[in-house]
Amino acid sequence: MKEWVNSGKPWIWGTAGGLALALVMVFGVLWLTAARGLIYFWPSQVVETTFIEKDGSKVRLIGEIKEREEVAVRRLVESGFKIPGDEKFTTRYLLKLGNRDVSGFDFKWYPEPLLTDMTYPKDILTVERHEWGNFYGHLKSVKENGVVVAEGEAAIAELDKRVERARKLFYEIFRTEKHDIGNINYELEQLRLKQRKLELDGKFDEAAKQDLQKQREVSDARFADIQARLEKLRTDIARDSLSAEVMDGRIVDVPLAKVSEVYRSNAMGLFDKIGFYFSKLYAFGTEDPREANTEGGIFPAIFGTVMMVILMSIMVMPLGVMAAIYMREYAGHGPLIRIIRIAVNNLAGVPSIVYGVFGLGFFIYFLGGNIDQLFFAESLPAPTFGSPGILWASLTLALLTLPVVIVATEEGLSRVPRSLREGSLALGATKAETLWLTVLPMTAPAMMTGLILAVARAAGETAPLMLVGVVKLAPSLPLDGYFPYLHLERQFMHLGFHIYDVGFQSPNVEAARPLVYATAFLLVLVIVVLNLAAVGLRNRLREKYRLLEGM
Amino acid sequence: MSARDFVFCISPYSRNPVLIMNDTNSNLHTIAGSMRRRLLTDILFKHVMTIGGISVIVAISLIFFYLASVAYPLFRPVQVGAWQSYGMPGEESERTLSLASEEQREIGARFTDAGKVYFFNLSDGKPRGEAKIKLPAGAIITSFATGDANEYIAAYGLADGRAVVVKQVYGVTFDADSKRVIQPGIEYPLGEEPLALDKKRDAIVKLAIQSKGDDTTLTALTRDGRLLLAGLAASKNLITGAITIERSSSTLDGVTGEIQNLIVEVRQRELYIGHDGKFITHFDITDKTQPRLIQKLQVVAEGEKMSALNILSGGFSLIVGTDKGNLSQWFQVRDEQNLYTLTHIRDFKPMPGKVTTLSPEYFRKGFVAGDNLGTVGLYYATSQKLLWRDAVGKGEIIAAEISPRANLMLVQSADGQFHAADVDNEFPEVSFSSLWEKVWYESYEKPEFIWQSSAATNDFEPKFSLAPLTLGTLKAAFYAMLIATPLALFAAIYAAYFMSPRMRRVAKPSIEIMEALPTVILGFLAGLWLAPLVENNLAGTFLSFVFIPLAVMLAALLWGLLPENLSGRVRPGWEAAMLMPVVMLGIWLAFQVGHPIEAIFFGGDMPHWLSTEMGITYEQRNSLVVGIVMGFAVTPTIFSIAEDAIFSVPKHLSTGSLALGATPWQTLKNVVLLTASPGIFSAVMIGMGRAVGETMIVLMATGNTAVMDMSIFTGFRTLAANVGVEMPEAAVGTTHFRLLFVSALVLFVFTFVVNTVAELVRQRLREKYSSI
Repeated sequence: MKEWVNSGKPWIWGTAGGLALALVMVFGVLWLTAARGLIYFWPSQVVETTFIEKDGSKVRLIGEIKEREEVAVRRLVESGFKIPGDEKFTTRYLLKLGNRDVSGFDFKWYPEPLLTDMTYPKDILTVERHEWGNFYGHLKSVKENGVVVAEGEAAIAELDKRVERARKLFYEIFRTEKHDIGNINYELEQLRLKQRKLELDGKFDEAAKQDLQKQREVSDARFADIQARLEKLRTDIARDSLSAEVMDGRIVDVPLAKVSEVYRSNAMGLFDKIGFYFSKLYAFGTEDPREANTEGGIFPAIFGTVMMVILMSIMVMPLGVMAAIYMREYAGHGPLIRIIRIAVNNLAGVPSIVYGVFGLGFFIYFLGGNIDQLFFAESLPAPTFGSPGILWASLTLALLTLPVVIVATEEGLSRVPRSLREGSLALGATKAETLWLTVLPMTAPAMMTGLILAVARAAGETAPLMLVGVVKLAPSLPLDGYFPYLHLERQFMHLGFHIYDVGFQSPNVEAARPLVYATAFLLVLVIVVLNLAAVGLRNRLREKYRLLEGM
Repeated sequence: MSARDFVFCISPYSRNPVLIMNDTNSNLHTIAGSMRRRLLTDILFKHVMTIGGISVIVAISLIFFYLASVAYPLFRPVQVGAWQSYGMPGEESERTLSLASEEQREIGARFTDAGKVYFFNLSDGKPRGEAKIKLPAGAIITSFATGDANEYIAAYGLADGRAVVVKQVYGVTFDADSKRVIQPGIEYPLGEEPLALDKKRDAIVKLAIQSKGDDTTLTALTRDGRLLLAGLAASKNLITGAITIERSSSTLDGVTGEIQNLIVEVRQRELYIGHDGKFITHFDITDKTQPRLIQKLQVVAEGEKMSALNILSGGFSLIVGTDKGNLSQWFQVRDEQNLYTLTHIRDFKPMPGKVTTLSPEYFRKGFVAGDNLGTVGLYYATSQKLLWRDAVGKGEIIAAEISPRANLMLVQSADGQFHAADVDNEFPEVSFSSLWEKVWYESYEKPEFIWQSSAATNDFEPKFSLAPLTLGTLKAAFYAMLIATPLALFAAIYAAYFMSPRMRRVAKPSIEIMEALPTVILGFLAGLWLAPLVENNLAGTFLSFVFIPLAVMLAALLWGLLPENLSGRVRPGWEAAMLMPVVMLGIWLAFQVGHPIEAIFFGGDMPHWLSTEMGITYEQRNSLVVGIVMGFAVTPTIFSIAEDAIFSVPKHLSTGSLALGATPWQTLKNVVLLTASPGIFSAVMIGMGRAVGETMIVLMATGNTAVMDMSIFTGFRTLAANVGVEMPEAAVGTTHFRLLFVSALVLFVFTFVVNTVAELVRQRLREKYSSI
């Protein structure tokens, strides 16, 4: 034993244990986000059970089991439950009861000893709504203008048909509101700015006034038309409703105008569920968020993140590559290169929030404020570039990711064999030509690695973005059909901030949690894939150079 | 044909050198031209690349200098412009009772004992109109008082026991050229008819007034020494416009001696009486019909005389000035019995002569003091700072005034001259003591470290102590490093020295992914998954710290006991892979044992046991959770740099040691680690830099309360998280905004020093390796 200790073996195993723990933690985090994020789209079983109240009375519960954990009985007693027996710990379930509008709460923990048998009746209906979250109940009938048109077994088929109709109308209304009315608002705003500009230039005379007035009237007339059309659509969609028995035995009417989807998850087969899973996944990626971001999709956040990353890449790549070329090819060994290296290291080491503060102060208030004074005087005091926006956000992140690109490119440059350069120079090429025609093409994969790593970093970075342009809900995307199409001054949504905001600032964290896990998983997936790609690319490059070196 | 006749030419557009026969002169000419162009391109290319390289230095310096430039004004001393002196506006024979000014600092007002108000330009003293207070025929003014500065209220006490309440109004209109025109005037909010205060119609010799909204309180001292209190509630008839006044009054007893000052605070609940040159007697006058004597207190040292008394904006703090020039601040403090007593809070740097006048700022906790030698001092209470002091004019200072936005000072000296000067005093709240020491804030029980940057009310005293934020930052970094350092260094040693190359190919990218994981995700998991888990399994969590090493050691021991032919199957360098299930088992076991242990020893709920039995507060989102998760975030940073340093120790050093008979562990301990120690040091430094600046994890995994303790079971608020939370809401250019820039600058400088030292160490190490 003593010999074993003296041999240092335990230490070696100890260090191995350190690495093992680190690896367990990495894989644990990946597994956790994947498991929790992917389950979000799976239609869960709806359970029906009975809960025994403190006074012994029984209450029926209908809902999805979201979580189970072992918990101290003392804490349950403290929160008002009467647990039989003298166990110190017991299991409790988190039930998603839905029906927020009916009962006032949609999530609740219940201790296992107070629940009776759990059954999964096939006819329980899950209704996803545009407002108030999910609704659970036994379907009783389908109504048209308050008159029952189908009951009992026939109801579900009729319901599906009518939900489909309501959904079409809903999208029609949505499109009209967003697209047509949006157009008119845009026109009116343009007219206002035109008038302001004329006023500022001192050219706002009677003729111009008449002209603007005429254009305004045209827009107003069109607006009235659209209003009338919307009114009709709204009456149409309000026609149908379903009525269902909720858990406390009441019969509740749900207007189909508010319904986005109905299904009976307990009756679904495996293939139904798989189909449902992918349709949900698709909706998650392509739809706008609803209900204060706690439901619906995350399309604007994906779009905003991608857009910002692209803008950032355009800014960071040339600068990063130039800096790397200078450092590796031109700088030599003087004190300057040491200073530059220290600067690069510091750029990499400065906390990201400091970049946010700098971006807010320098880019937005200083640069943006001056740009507004010079070019957008007509819309002042409302700032154009003098407020957080996607341009400033990408510029800030370009600064933040600069060292990533520099380090990767420099590594690529350092691995290009000397022989190739010398060959090129010996043939009479200038240094610039050697670099441009021989070295840089060979370094392209390394630059690519740098770009990928920079993108991965930017996609996940959140703290500085909170200061320079990210919002919880952007009314419009930075890219749309209105001139000049690309709106660099607009605020945008971002996956990382979405996680922070929905997970921590939302009024109903419990309801939002699965969606946050799903978003987190998407972000982790993107970043892991990008990083693995970078690692793969780098390894291939190293192999290639090793071969070249051997030639 | 000689070699001269051939020219190698490389077209910039092709990779292949072209051999051109040099036969004509014109051709030579164009070739020379293209050669020149190529050289020019070469030079240009070099310069462009140089710009790229230099831009990195520019970027980092720009960040530093910009942050510093925003933070700098906070620490600039107060600037007082040149004094403009002009003759007294209005009648010189009348005595000045009070000075006032309006918000645009255009017009000043001088109240005199003749019942006149003279309005004048603050810049040059030019008259802007005057108003005569409407008094009944034959009325004689015997006293005067002003209320809270930004209410613009004042009152005159008359010889017949009555009083007139007046209010300054500054109407702003815009003329044809849309230029601002301010029209000063006087209003009578309680009617022009004087209010009878004393039924015996004795003269009022001292008066105090306070008025806000519809409520007005007057306190009067009559010539025969009675103290009268009157509360007036005005209500205006909306139709007729007539004002009806409901009044409640009483007589105050218990004050003896000569009364010098009467002060009612702005909420009209307290009355302070300065008397006999050294006492303050304090009444609770919430109920005007039943005033309650609270306390009589000596506020100056024996042999000193109180010569001036005033109350700061907000109505909490009294400033006492003495004939020896001493200045002190007093406010009510609650004691253990829940009683409020007037307490000495702090002294200010004394004035050279006897304090003759004290004038508070309109909204902040600053004041200006004047003495009998002609000295004017500008003070700030919270930061206990003398901002500026100088002699102004000749002789005693009669009256002083600071404009509502605190950007102009107006002083009347004994020779009848008025003096006005611009003041640049935007950030008086900031001093070394207010940022880093305990400060006794108004309505607090004792001096404390507090960060509270904003509140709903206007007269709120901002609390800008950076101490709790800095301590929070250090606390976060400490717990994170406590977990990350051993974990990362162990892992790095193993990965660099013992691990097989094949496993290395999997393990290193895994750790790189760990580094790339967005901190927002780690923070989210910490806050919503780990924090409840830890709270629910506190014993299990602590046991994990013991069980994991135990399990590893046990596994190692068992492995050593295995027969050679079995243990030899696994090649050395794969231990870590084998230990992964062991580690998981250790954690699982700890959590399994955790609940029974809590049931037996901690009454079934350890956090509850901690707070009831041990008196330790337990917060769900605490330092333990942050430590674990931030430790996780910092580990890969330390790991990669340390691993790099250990791995690049020249191989012949370790092979030499092994050849001399040292075991691998001895070689590692005595040769490799020693050589790589500077690299390991810089790895830990850089890791710490990262932990200090981390924002999202801290933001999401703690409660973000700025507390001053190091307990592992409570949360904290770090500089970085504070910036993240408050920056979007801070108004540009304010003290708060600039202090957030200071926080960012502190973070920048800290990480700059850490990273630069680490980088220099690494550069030196690299040189050393290459020379071995």
